[in-house]
Amino acid sequence: MDSHISIENLSKSYGEVLALQGVSLEIKSGELFGLIGPDGAGKTTLFRILTTLLLPNTGNVSLCGYEVVKDYKYIRNLLGYMPGRFSLYQDLSVMENLNFFATVFNTRIEDNMDMIHDIWVQIEPFKDRLAGKLSGGMKQKLALCCALIHQPKILLLDEPTTGVDAVSRSEFWQMLKGLKAKGITIVVATPYMDEANLCERVALIQDGKILQVDTPAGIVNQYEKDLYAIHTSDMYQAMLDIREYPSVHSVFAFGQVLHYTDKRDAFEVAELKEYLVNKGHEGVKIEKIQAVIEDCFMALSQENKLEQ
Amino acid sequence: MKDEKQVIRVRNLFKKFGDFTANHDLSFDVYKGEIFGFLGANGAGKTTAIKILSGLSYPTSGEIEVAGFDVYKQRELLKRNIGYMSQKFSLYEDLTVYENIRFYGGIYGLSRKEIKMKADELLTTLNLEHVRNKRIGELPLGWKQKLAFSVAILHNPDIVFLDEPTGGVDPVTRRQFWDLIYEASRKGITVFVTTHYMDEAEYCDRVSIMVDGKIEALDTPSELKKQFEAKDMDAVFLRLARNSSYQE
Repeated sequence: MDSHISIENLSKSYGEVLALQGVSLEIKSGELFGLIGPDGAGKTTLFRILTTLLLPNTGNVSLCGYEVVKDYKYIRNLLGYMPGRFSLYQDLSVMENLNFFATVFNTRIEDNMDMIHDIWVQIEPFKDRLAGKLSGGMKQKLALCCALIHQPKILLLDEPTTGVDAVSRSEFWQMLKGLKAKGITIVVATPYMDEANLCERVALIQDGKILQVDTPAGIVNQYEKDLYAIHTSDMYQAMLDIREYPSVHSVFAFGQVLHYTDKRDAFEVAELKEYLVNKGHEGVKIEKIQAVIEDCFMALSQENKLEQ
Repeated sequence: MKDEKQVIRVRNLFKKFGDFTANHDLSFDVYKGEIFGFLGANGAGKTTAIKILSGLSYPTSGEIEVAGFDVYKQRELLKRNIGYMSQKFSLYEDLTVYENIRFYGGIYGLSRKEIKMKADELLTTLNLEHVRNKRIGELPLGWKQKLAFSVAILHNPDIVFLDEPTGGVDPVTRRQFWDLIYEASRKGITVFVTTHYMDEAEYCDRVSIMVDGKIEALDTPSELKKQFEAKDMDAVFLRLARNSSYQE
């Protein structure tokens, strides 16, 4: 079955707040697609419209060829949805929760075990425990099983990794890869820029607008400026000093280094190095580097802010 | 080390819930003006420890002093000399910016005159004078977080606890938030911070990593990277946290 998602010129406002402004997106059948953006970007609003829980103001949205407004009842059978907040029944056991969701969709756990097996084996030892008594990582796995138990064509995950530590995050992405292999279209929203690289294609979103849609490599390749990594002994002081440098275009802390772009096309590394040495910095190293998604996001979002 | 003066002194801290040991024999010091990163996987025991250090929960055993006060006997004094901010709990959404400042100033015992002065200063520094009378709920998350931090240090505490302060914030605002952290540290305020962003671990003066209730590593980011032969803090963290035996 073709399970693509088509979004055309979608807008939604809450009173004066424009949550989505003219969003258009095509998500292909079987794709692992990332919606990358901070809180308040409009990710959850978009998901609520896709899941037929919220009506758009304008625009057309279809899933598997069915329209979200007209065909909402049918669409609900095709969808698995994991909302941002843990939404299972805390006072039911693991098994009872799974059974409940299977029953709601008029199916049985045993008929769908192949779909959830790899994830289910990890929580099965706790099947009699109340969902409310599970750890964060286990709750997440149960929620994923419940979202999959009716064999959806499309899986929508709203910030499944937010507030989750680095180890559990990487495990979660492994599970998604396994699901993708089964042919499900998966859309994941996340505020973690580094997770973009785990998706086939991503949309960068901020303030209700799509900044860019492409493969992670495609986004990085479109980064326009020359980007430099700077290392010194006192990084914070170096950042303050560089902000005063006459031809600075941007300077951001980036883990162990600073990421720098210059206003001029003909930028001389030696000049900036000398400037920093004269300011008393030691061990100054400057090298040209390839941008990462977070650099691209910051550059695009600042352009977007200037336009507003 | 920025300053040898201890602001937090922990010796053999244990916290047990029934037969579960959430904090197992923690001993460490945090110094004046230091940015101390307190890392660990979910369930490693970070929140338990922060609750004890901020006077909200008693340890099972151990000697702990925060801002020079004993966590068993001087909890009220301790609370007056610390600040606290988390992603989940910061400001009151249905009060205005100024009302929030006035409320927290009052809680921390500042006089009306001081509150007014501090409020003006804070709003000018953050460039938020124009939203003074807006409800917090109407502001973007990034502004809220910056305000929440500034309010948490309104009373000039010795130490401020930040529990995942930058979760969900956009990458530019996240960096602006760290500017505030550096500024506070330069003023001599100790910053005790938890985060899931490993690039932020690099910005700390020292970092501790908790696994299964114990501190498994504590040093400067550069020493930790050497010690674990890792290219960045993400690799250090994954190496330690993957060894966890944590099972429900």
